[in-house]
Amino acid sequence: MAEPLLQLRGLKKSFGALLATDNVSLTLRPGEIHALIGPNGAGKTTLIHQIAGTLQPDEGELRFAGQDITSLHMADRVQLGLARTFQVSSVLPEFSALRNVMLAVQARQGTSFRFFADVRRDARLTDAAAECLARAGLDGRAAVPAAELSHGERRRLEIAIALATGPRALLLDEPMAGLGPEGSKDLVVLLNALRSEVPMLLVEHDMDAVFALADRISVLVYGRVIATGTADEIRRHPEVRAAYLGDDA
Amino acid sequence: MQIPLLLEQLLNGLQFGFMLFLMASGLTLIFGVMGLINLAHGSLYMVGAFACAAVAAATGSFWLGLVASLAGAAAAGALVEVLVIRRLYGRDHLDQVLATFALILIFSEGTRWLFGSFPLYLDIPPLLGGALTLPGSAPYPIYRLAIIGAGLLVALGLYLLISRTRLGMRIRAGEADREMIAALGIDIRTLYTIVFALGAALAGMAGALVGALQSVQVGMGEPVLILAFVVIVIGGIGSIRGALFGALLVGVVDTTGRLLLPLALSSFISPSAAASTGAALASMLIYVLMALILALRPRGLFPAAAG
Amino acid sequence: MARETVFNGLMILVLAAIPAAALLFEEPFYLTLATRLAILALAAVGLNVALGLGGLVSFGHAAFFGIGGYVAGILAVHAFNMEPLLPGLPGTKSMPVIWVVSMLLAALIALPMGAISLRTSGVYFIMITLAFAQMIYYFAISWPAYGGEDGLSFYVRNGFPGVNTLQPLPFLLVCYGLLAAALLFFWRLQHSPFGAALQAARQNDVRLAAVGIRPFKIRLTAFALSAAITGVAGALFADLNRFVSPSMLSWHLSGELIVLIILGGVGRLFGPVAGATVYVFLEYGLGGITERWQFFLGLILLGVVLFARGGIIGLFAGRPRHG
Repeated sequence: MAEPLLQLRGLKKSFGALLATDNVSLTLRPGEIHALIGPNGAGKTTLIHQIAGTLQPDEGELRFAGQDITSLHMADRVQLGLARTFQVSSVLPEFSALRNVMLAVQARQGTSFRFFADVRRDARLTDAAAECLARAGLDGRAAVPAAELSHGERRRLEIAIALATGPRALLLDEPMAGLGPEGSKDLVVLLNALRSEVPMLLVEHDMDAVFALADRISVLVYGRVIATGTADEIRRHPEVRAAYLGDDA
Repeated sequence: MQIPLLLEQLLNGLQFGFMLFLMASGLTLIFGVMGLINLAHGSLYMVGAFACAAVAAATGSFWLGLVASLAGAAAAGALVEVLVIRRLYGRDHLDQVLATFALILIFSEGTRWLFGSFPLYLDIPPLLGGALTLPGSAPYPIYRLAIIGAGLLVALGLYLLISRTRLGMRIRAGEADREMIAALGIDIRTLYTIVFALGAALAGMAGALVGALQSVQVGMGEPVLILAFVVIVIGGIGSIRGALFGALLVGVVDTTGRLLLPLALSSFISPSAAASTGAALASMLIYVLMALILALRPRGLFPAAAG
Repeated sequence: MARETVFNGLMILVLAAIPAAALLFEEPFYLTLATRLAILALAAVGLNVALGLGGLVSFGHAAFFGIGGYVAGILAVHAFNMEPLLPGLPGTKSMPVIWVVSMLLAALIALPMGAISLRTSGVYFIMITLAFAQMIYYFAISWPAYGGEDGLSFYVRNGFPGVNTLQPLPFLLVCYGLLAAALLFFWRLQHSPFGAALQAARQNDVRLAAVGIRPFKIRLTAFALSAAITGVAGALFADLNRFVSPSMLSWHLSGELIVLIILGGVGRLFGPVAGATVYVFLEYGLGGITERWQFFLGLILLGVVLFARGGIIGLFAGRPRHG
C-alpha cells in the first residue's frame, strides 16, 4: 500500500462546549479520491478549514508529503501543493477568468515580487493559465470578469485556479453545491478525468457524485469518523445506516 | 512626589475621561447600529458649545444654554442624518470618510460665517463655581467634579436606556442584525435618525460642558474627535461598555502621563531634557497605548458581538 | 478601457500644458500653484498604491508626507549651519540625496507601522493608521530641537545638479519630472505580478492566500512603497515653502490626500492627478470668489460622494476593467 500523501492524526477542535472535531484521523493516498460525507452539522467544514489552514486544531497533527504542516500558514500549505476549492465560490470578481488563473500561476512560479514585468505580455503566465482554463472547460470565457460568470462557470473557475497552483492534492469543498443534475454530471466527468493526476479529498452532499467518484468514503457524525471504507462497505455499514442514512433496517 | 498633586491629576483625568465618554458613546453607538464612521461628530460637539455660548450670552443662564446645546446638536444631527448620512449606510468606509470630512468643512466654515472667527467665552454657572477642599488640603474646582457626575449619570442613563426600554431593545436588535430589525416591522429609518440625534446630543452636551473650561471656537471638536476615535477603537467599536472603559483609561493615562513621565525621566537625565522629552513622550502616550492594545487585540478590549 | 486610455492621454496633455501655461503668464503665483498641484498629486499617487490598488484606507499618510518634509528641512538646516547631524554625518542641500533619504526613512517607518496596522482591517485599520500619524504629529509638536510647534524654516531651497532650483520654473519642472516618474512606476506596478497580487488582496484576501501568496507580505510591501512615494512628495513640499511644520503631519492632510484620490477616481492611474487638479483649481477658483470657499468645497465633495461614485475618471470612463 502506498504511503499516504495527506495524514490527519487525532485532530481535535472545539468551540466552547461544542466538540466540532473529535479525534479525527484519516488519510489521502496517492491516486485516490477519498470522499468525506456526513449529515449537516457533522463538522465537515470545520475539518476542511483545519486541513486548509484557515482554522488551527486544538490538538493533533497534520502531515502532508512527509512534512508536519499543522501550524503552517494557509498560503504555505498551497505552496507545498495542497490546493483547495471553496464551498461558496471565492474568486476575484473584478479580474477576468484568465487573470484569476494567472494569479495562481504566478504564485507557483514565485514571481509575485516583480514590480515592472507586464503580466499581460508574459507568455509563460498566460499560456499556462489558458491551459488550466481549457481543462476546466472555460476556454471560451477567458476574458469575462469573474463577477459576470454563471454560478456553474464559477465552480469550474475554482477548479481551474486550484489546478494552476500545481497541486499534489486537492481539497474540494462541496464542488457540486448548487449545480443541478446536468452541471453535477459534467463536473463528475471533469473530476474523473483528473483522478489519475491528482488525489482528491472530496466533501460532498451529492451522493450520486460521491458513489460515482470515490475510491474510499469516510463518514463523519458529530465530529467523529464512524466509518471508512469502499462505497460498498459504507453502504452496508450498520452504524452508518443507523446514524447517517436514517435507515432503521 | 506630592500625593495631593497626583490626586488632582487623577481627578482631572477622570473628568477628561468622562467628557471623552460623552463623545465616544455616541460615536460607538452610531457605528454599532448603523455601521457608519462619522468624522463630523466633532462638529456636533462644536455646535453644542456654540449653541450653549450663544444662548447663555443672550439669556444670562448657563442652564438654558445647556438645554440649547442638547437641542441644537440633536436637531443638527437629525437634519444631517436625513439629508446626508442616510445615503451613506451600506457604502464602504472610504465614502463615509470623504462625506463626513466634507461635512466638517461645511460645519466649520458655516459656524465661522455665523459667529465670526473670534472665540466665545462661557462662564461656569455660579451654582457650580468655587472649589472643594480635597483630603490633603488641595482645593479642587466643583465644576470639574460636576462633569464627572454628569458623565456618571449619562453612563447610567445609557445603560438603563439600552437594557430596559423598547428603544434600547430595538438598538440592540439593530446591532445584532440590520435585516432582522426591518423584518420585525420596526421603522428602521426613524430608529436610525433617533440614534444619530441621541449621539449628536451627547456630543453637544460635551461641547457645552467643556466650553466653560476652555474657549468656544471653530475647530475645537477635531482634537476631541480624534481622541474619541482612539477611545472607541481601544474599547472595541460598537461597545458602550468599551467606550466607558476606554474613555477613562485614555483620560487618566493622558493626564497622569503628562505629570509622571517628566518626573520619571528626571531621575535619568537632566531636568530640562526630562521636561521636554517627557512632554513629547506624554503627548504620544495614548497613541502608543492604542497601538499596543490593537497589536495584541485587533478588535479592541470589548469586541462587539456583531460585525 | 479605451475611454480611460483617451482620458489618460488628455491628462498627459493637461500635465504638459500646465507648466507651459504658467510660463506663458509668467506669473510666479501660477507657477507656485502648478508646483503645489504636482506635489499634491505625487503624494496622492503614493497613497493610491496602498488605497487604490491594495484597498488599504490609510488615514495616516500625512505621517510620511511630514517625514519627507522634516528630512528635507533637517538636512538643509544642518548643511546651512555646517553642523553634522551625528558625528561624521553631515547635512546636505542636494535634492537627490534628500529624496533618497526621505523615501528610505518613510518606508522604514512604514514597515513597523504597517506590520502592526495590518493585523487589523476595516475601520480599525483606518483608525490605527490615524493614531500612528497623530503619534508622530504630537512628537513633532513637542520636540523642541527642530522648532516644535513653530516649525522649521530654511532659507535657501535645496539644489539639484545642473538646475537652478531657486527659480520657480526649473523647480516646477523638477517636481513634474518626479510626478511623471511616479506615474510611470504606478502604471508598471498596476500591470505587474506584484500589482496583480495587491489588487487580489483588495478584492478577496482569502483567495490570494488560497493560491499560495501571503496577503500580509504583499500589503506590507505596498504600504512601504506607498509611504516612500508620499515621503518624497513631502520633501518637495518642504522645498517649495522652504519651511516645514507639524501641519504637514496633521490628520487634515491625511484626509486631503484621501479626498484627492476619491475626487479623481480610486485606483485609477491618473486619479490623483485629476483629483489634485480639480482640488487646487477649486481651492483657487472658489478662494477668488468667496472667503468661505471651504464651505462650498465641502458641498462639492459631498456631491461627488453622493452622486458621482468613481470620481471624475469614473464619470468619464465608467468602471475600471482588468483584461
